[in-house]
Amino acid sequence: MSNTPSTTLISSARASTGLPPSVPGPAPRSAWPWVVLVIALAVAMTFVIKGYQLFQATMVLSYAVALLGLNILTGYNGQISLGHGAFFALGAYAAAILMEHAGFAYWASVPMAGVFCLVVGYLFGRPALKLEGLYLALATFALGVAMPQLLKYKHLEQWTGGVQGIVLMKPEAPWGLALTPDQWLYLFSLLVTVVMFVIGHNLLSSGSGRAMRAIRDHAMAAEAMGVDNPHYKSMTFGISAAFTGVGGALSAIAVQFVSPDSFTLFLSISLLVGVVVGGLGTVWGAIFGALFIMFVPNFAESLSKAAPWAVYGVVLIAIMYAMPGGVVGLLRSTAERIKRRAA
Amino acid sequence: MNEFLHQLLAGLATGGIYASVALALVMIYQATHHINFAQGEMAMFSTFIAWALIQAGFPYWAAFALTVVLSFVLAAVVEFTVIRPMHDAPVLSVVVVFIGLLVIFHSMAGFLFGYTIKPFPSPFPVDAWYGSSLMSAHAVGAIVVALGMVALLFTFLRFTPLGLAMRAAAQNAASSRLVGINVGRMLMLGWGLAGAIGAVAGMMVAPVVFLDPNMMTGVLLYAFAGALIGGIDNPIGAVLGGFIVGVLENLLGTYVVGTELKLSVALVLIIGVLIVKPSGLLGKTIVTRV
Repeated sequence: MSNTPSTTLISSARASTGLPPSVPGPAPRSAWPWVVLVIALAVAMTFVIKGYQLFQATMVLSYAVALLGLNILTGYNGQISLGHGAFFALGAYAAAILMEHAGFAYWASVPMAGVFCLVVGYLFGRPALKLEGLYLALATFALGVAMPQLLKYKHLEQWTGGVQGIVLMKPEAPWGLALTPDQWLYLFSLLVTVVMFVIGHNLLSSGSGRAMRAIRDHAMAAEAMGVDNPHYKSMTFGISAAFTGVGGALSAIAVQFVSPDSFTLFLSISLLVGVVVGGLGTVWGAIFGALFIMFVPNFAESLSKAAPWAVYGVVLIAIMYAMPGGVVGLLRSTAERIKRRAA
Repeated sequence: MNEFLHQLLAGLATGGIYASVALALVMIYQATHHINFAQGEMAMFSTFIAWALIQAGFPYWAAFALTVVLSFVLAAVVEFTVIRPMHDAPVLSVVVVFIGLLVIFHSMAGFLFGYTIKPFPSPFPVDAWYGSSLMSAHAVGAIVVALGMVALLFTFLRFTPLGLAMRAAAQNAASSRLVGINVGRMLMLGWGLAGAIGAVAGMMVAPVVFLDPNMMTGVLLYAFAGALIGGIDNPIGAVLGGFIVGVLENLLGTYVVGTELKLSVALVLIIGVLIVKPSGLLGKTIVTRV
């Protein structure tokens, strides 16, 4: 190896990930008023925006859940995945197949999709334990590229619908609520998103979350402290896949359609962009990232077909150079600067 | 039997292309221990340059030579401007930057040359004396070109002072600096060579799969598989691996899994090699001191 050996354990602690030196734990307790405010605003949105915008808002929620999943893996545990679009696709397909062929209700298919992705993610993560850094990136890249082909596989066609995909029905609002299907779906997705964020937040502030971060910062030191690395790493892979799968399931219900070609490598790259833009190793970054990957490509596409890709590429490189903490990192450092000036 | 031979030879022909891209990947891995996820898109972009030159009226071989030179310069510039500042950055940042490059080259190709699928000429005659009924002249040509590049590269790295300096810089940067090797220059040279090799691979594959911005995604995956099978730090191994993957892909695609699962073959190969024998057939086993 050309790398010179690091002098102490501590100085190499951050060597494996590109994170700023302060350990960005989950949001502190003082953030709760903000959380309540954001949720209240999100609920109020149901009655303000309509039609396509409501659909876009639902998609933002589904991306946010998926991005939280990827961030748990890459940001908090330091395992690089370039193929998380594959788990998004699996979640979407699991939900769609359960609704279409097994008669599941939409609300029941979402957690089932999560469980399915948990199992698949764990099974992929277990052998992938042997892979580190670059090699894991390579293996997941291959997974992301190969996934559309696997979904088209002819022996699965009776369930997946092959190239045609599966068309789904939009759920009606229950209990005679005076809501349009769009509004109801948005509120349902909001509920799922809040639940997933609470789960994610609690997980990351628990002992398990600390173990994940310890592995990211220094795997060997973590092992020496008694952290069971293989267990935590493969479990994190499974949990991450489960979050992303739930996001995929929500998106499938919102789009009312799944097809192999909506889950290309570009989706995996979008998820990576979302995590990097929002901020690696932050819970809230997922929301900023989701807004970014929902609206920026749409806006850029109106300029030229090549523009969304170009924007992604430039943003990826620029953020790595200029603000490795993403939007949340920028907000944090700005807040700190203001506080210091006030003091 | 004839069918089997046909598939085997077709596999060798595509294997030659995978071998070339794998060779480019190995060039960069050897020098910097980075895996260039943008290699395929860079090769695709180079092929578009060649296409534009041919459209502008250049004869094929002039366009070919000019493209190789331009690709060399382009890759060296990328190394100097984007990759070098990332030299000591963590793996995650480097991977993200490579994905950024992949996306940028893809969009530039689409923006400059459009997304319509274009035919690309082959330099080899349609039916020449060396084209038998089993193999097209282009297939034979692609294999010869791939082998020729390996031979050239091997000669360069093994028998010239510059090649020796490059290998030294890759193996031990600090000691090389002490004996007066400009390590930065060597890395740039390595990237440039990789860019040039990728360009040749792109121009060889384009007549077969036609030219469009998505041309190289699958090829890159097979090249990864080839490089890993052969050993990602060994140029000869990479070429061998590329040919193995080409043949495996064709035979498995024809007789076992069907053409629609060909990419999954690459996925299984990549994960299988990484788990069973991460150093590949000819690679060095790296022992890390903990």
